[in-house]
Amino acid sequence: MSKETKELQKQSAQSPMETERTRNSKVYVPKVDIYETKEAIILVADMPGVDEKSVDVVLDKNILTISGTAEPLSFKDYSIGYSEYDVGDYQRAFTISDEVDKDKIEATVKNGVLRLTLHKAEKVKARKIAIKAA
Amino acid sequence: MFGPTVWRFGRVTDPFREMQRLQGEMNRLFSTVDPQISQEYPPINVWLGQEDVIVTAEAPGIDPAACEISVIGDTLTVSGKVDPEMLKEGESYHRQERSYGSFKRVLQLPFHVNAEKVEAKYEKGILRITLPRAEEDKPKKVSIQAD
Repeated sequence: MSKETKELQKQSAQSPMETERTRNSKVYVPKVDIYETKEAIILVADMPGVDEKSVDVVLDKNILTISGTAEPLSFKDYSIGYSEYDVGDYQRAFTISDEVDKDKIEATVKNGVLRLTLHKAEKVKARKIAIKAA
Repeated sequence: MFGPTVWRFGRVTDPFREMQRLQGEMNRLFSTVDPQISQEYPPINVWLGQEDVIVTAEAPGIDPAACEISVIGDTLTVSGKVDPEMLKEGESYHRQERSYGSFKRVLQLPFHVNAEKVEAKYEKGILRITLPRAEEDKPKKVSIQAD
């Protein structure tokens, strides 16, 4: 089996960017799927509690950083009786190669899932070379 | 059999749950037919109120229409499915960390629930179920009569 099985528990981020944050909330590493199609590289990240207003995608040179903030739910006059998950921010950074067209990155958020489409640059798209008969 | 009861506090490592997790992991390793996400999916939080409980679950990317919520007495069952990404011919994964497959969670609540009035909402990948306490299960106030 080549597919790795991953822990289901949320993973705490290891001091992102080696700097401290001003916000005192937990930071999690979102779980991602990355796959490649002919035209693009698709990145899918699970970020429950995040919507299109609270997610940030920044591309700086070759570093693609995705971050999101999820506000913890709290209900008035209710007390937490049992808890399996914590709510916090999400942060993760990837190094991307030059083959990505940096001006053509699309991002959507639906049901707490962030989907990034990184289109490949024209020059690296595979071209079919016609062979001429001599 | 039943999931965690709500009166257990915090994130205590429970040997039984640990065993369940191990069993789930084993089942997953040896079955390729219907991928089952861990017994523990989705993670839930339970909020206790006077008249009802709120159960929230972190389940990003599920199809709310295919999600089934049922209540019998004081037992809540949530089941559903996370669909895998449909990769076409010639597409390949660089990295696959998200889990997919069917899931089912059973939770015992601290009281019987009025099944008619259960509400569920799915927003930003978080499922929220509000379960009001059944009328016949509510505590009755007994007045003391003085002679």
